[in-house]
Amino acid sequence: MRILIVGGGTGGTILANQLVRRLKDEIRAKKVRITLLSDSDRHMYQPGLLYVAFGQMAPDQLYRDEASLLESSIKFHVDAVTEFHLDRNQVKTKSGKTHDYDILAIATGARIVPQEVPGMSEGAETFYTEEGAIRMHKRLMEFKGGTVAMVVSIPHKCPVAPVEAMFMLHDFFKMRGIRDKVKLQYKYPVNHVHATANVARWAKPEFDKAGIEYETLFNVREVDPVKKIVYSEEGTECKYDLLIAIPPHRGMEMIEANNLGQGGWIPTDRFKLTMDGHENVYVIGDASNVPVSKTGSAAHFEAEIVAENIASVIKTGVPVREYDGKVYCFIEAGYDRATYNAFDYVNLPELKPPSKAIHWFKVAYNQLYWTTVRGLL
Amino acid sequence: MSESKIIDARNTFCPGPLMELITYMKQANVGDTLELLSTDDGSAADVPEWIHKVGHEMVSSEKIEETWHIKVRKIK
Repeated sequence: MRILIVGGGTGGTILANQLVRRLKDEIRAKKVRITLLSDSDRHMYQPGLLYVAFGQMAPDQLYRDEASLLESSIKFHVDAVTEFHLDRNQVKTKSGKTHDYDILAIATGARIVPQEVPGMSEGAETFYTEEGAIRMHKRLMEFKGGTVAMVVSIPHKCPVAPVEAMFMLHDFFKMRGIRDKVKLQYKYPVNHVHATANVARWAKPEFDKAGIEYETLFNVREVDPVKKIVYSEEGTECKYDLLIAIPPHRGMEMIEANNLGQGGWIPTDRFKLTMDGHENVYVIGDASNVPVSKTGSAAHFEAEIVAENIASVIKTGVPVREYDGKVYCFIEAGYDRATYNAFDYVNLPELKPPSKAIHWFKVAYNQLYWTTVRGLL
Repeated sequence: MSESKIIDARNTFCPGPLMELITYMKQANVGDTLELLSTDDGSAADVPEWIHKVGHEMVSSEKIEETWHIKVRKIK
């Protein structure tokens, strides 16, 4: 049985390691072979980018060598997939190699596409890339006063990040002693300050308390970097001195190039996590069109389900569980307080009051993540 | 030619039905009709509010058993 995993991010790495733990006898007997293909030899802890933007983590703290995270029996190649031939159970890679599989798992993630909003690349800072987070930190340190606006594009990864960033901006400028010189403006695309009703219910009074101004139903249409104005699809505009953008996202280019899904999002059964029409192809994390948050947390829980099901199918012929939509995300409420957002397809999140204890658990998790991707936690 | 696409956002809380709809509206062509399925009663008010503000068209909205079926048309 040849299991091929495409993508060495959170979902792909957890899946590979969990499969090894569940199928060690079959791997030892050479009945199962696990191969992981990635376009990078490094693994980034993406939630750390927010901390880089505020000077709380150094960029090099975000990375580990992917090979160091993988069980030794996994055949790992840094060789990006360029072609999917699902009808032949084959993929082709940049180096020209062909890989055959019996089971394929696609965990290729998402990418930012700020270029799809005119002026966004030139006019806005973002913390969704390493370079962007470093530059945003520099701009924040140099900022002397004025309006800092945040705009949020759809779709985007990590839906709580915009809220977290606003609270961190508030505390950042307070610590610099210039909060009274800074107007914080938050522009959000749906009717409430967050897409999840209970997060919005919690965040709105917290924004009021922190003096963060907000406008809802603001879908960014265009940024004018010269006049420093951002315009919405809804006909409103905002003048800014420093603009922070959550850029729009797409799935990876090769997903679109191979016609696996519009926008790069692969049509996926939300319970089985199999690609529509392909029972031997699983899709994990941001690459799917499953209607849950595009977060490492969703990828993590999905990878566990897929690992369990693949192992069970190999051992007994039947899968054991369906994905229930489980997601768990910490929400930083500033520099020293946090809460969390836990939900599934049935249960709405119930937010607890932010506490220092949850914040410190999040700080600890920034390191514990490396045990998660190894399949240990 | 216009096409009708169903967006199944039943039992989803994050990013939620309206964000799912906006995602697919961005990918749609002018003239396309999209049907949002939502079990969130808030969608019945939130979707028309956005559609009217942004300038698209509400086609219909009805609740069948526990699910809202909200049809909208992209017109710009």
